Amino acid sequence: MPSDSPPPAAMLSARQLHCERDDRLLFQELDFDLGEGQVLQVKGSNGSGKTTLLRILCGLNDNFTGNIYWFGQAVARHRDEFLASLLYLGHRVGVNMVLSPLENLRWACNLQAPTSDEKIVRALEKLDLRGFEDSPCHNLSAGQKQRVSLARLLVSPARLWVLDEPFTTLDIYGVAALEELLAEHVSAGGSVVVTTHHALSVNTDIQYLNLDDS
Amino acid sequence: MTVNHPRADGFSAFVVTLKRDLLVAFKRRNDLLNPLMFFFIVVSLFPLGISPEREELAEIAIGVLWVCALLASLLSLDNLYRSDYEDGSLELLLLSPHALYFMVLAKILSHWLVSGVPLVLLSPLLGYMLALPAEAYPAMIGSLLLGTPILSLLGSIGVALTVSLGSRGLILAMIILPMSVPVLIAGTLAVGQAMDGNPVGGHLAIMGAMLALAISMAPLASAAALRISVN
Repeated sequence: MPSDSPPPAAMLSARQLHCERDDRLLFQELDFDLGEGQVLQVKGSNGSGKTTLLRILCGLNDNFTGNIYWFGQAVARHRDEFLASLLYLGHRVGVNMVLSPLENLRWACNLQAPTSDEKIVRALEKLDLRGFEDSPCHNLSAGQKQRVSLARLLVSPARLWVLDEPFTTLDIYGVAALEELLAEHVSAGGSVVVTTHHALSVNTDIQYLNLDDS
Repeated sequence: MTVNHPRADGFSAFVVTLKRDLLVAFKRRNDLLNPLMFFFIVVSLFPLGISPEREELAEIAIGVLWVCALLASLLSLDNLYRSDYEDGSLELLLLSPHALYFMVLAKILSHWLVSGVPLVLLSPLLGYMLALPAEAYPAMIGSLLLGTPILSLLGSIGVALTVSLGSRGLILAMIILPMSVPVLIAGTLAVGQAMDGNPVGGHLAIMGAMLALAISMAPLASAAALRISVN
């Protein structure tokens, strides 16, 4: 019988996660611990449940059994603290096509913590979107739209990043910029849960979680 | 560790969401004219289709106005969550540490300002086209002013429940229209009383009570429905 007390040091812990969808077992008895400054890469074939797992960790999906802990405390009972420190980038990046990058980010960033316009503009410049801050997002390429959502990573105080295929549509410069962001975040003590087909190169050991094995 | 001031933060989330939604509505103003045009065209069909006789029109005027306002409101509700659901902004809302109630309330307020208030402003013109007697105008405007936000609030529950379904059309109407019947009845009763020369304070007060109930409960119900839809 596994012990019910999670190790207190870990930033994010999962115990006995079990999920079924459409009568198919996605994963069962899933445990992991993610400490500060660590990266967890979730691997698995298409349809193995990677996106579902990430959404479960964020609390967007509640079709599961098991427990998730944030610094030893049950996430279900301390959601506000957890959400204040969480940043999620999903498949649909949350960018409204009619608004400009600046208008989009003004809303998205202020939902989590007060953020000044200067900070947002600097983040957009760092991601090579200078000059595009005020044009409607439907004028941007797919890679540029992805970079708009990456700007949230630069600006947010979140300590845990949950990223679902963040490298898609990025060109080599975008890929390099994102890897640099990941490295900076990790050396500052932040953690990352990520799914990607890209070969990650970060300056820390990567934990692997392979859903095809469960 | 940041210190949380929940009430202050909830308010700023409300303001930021309200500003954003109004901005999106402003940039999409062509889309927003559609329900208003619908309201105008359908109402103006009644004198043509039924009778231009003033007495006959006056009898049905307020019922026609209210039903058309209800249908126009139904048409415009799609804007509330659909595009946010499709581009992923809805998930951002759900992942905010602040109470979802405030952000949902901001979205509904923005929807009412953009879709409901123009209906109220257009109603005197349409009342004139339908030969509504002069003494009924204040009651008509008052009942629409109280009733349109209730329709937005109730409609938000229906839209939140159905946002993840592919083809919603009839389901949305089936959920929202029955809930809207009390509002419809109260609104038409109020104006009917005014046409008979009776005081309408009581009826408007009942609508005010409905509005208060809707403001407190509808955003909570919508928030719960949104969490289910995003699952």
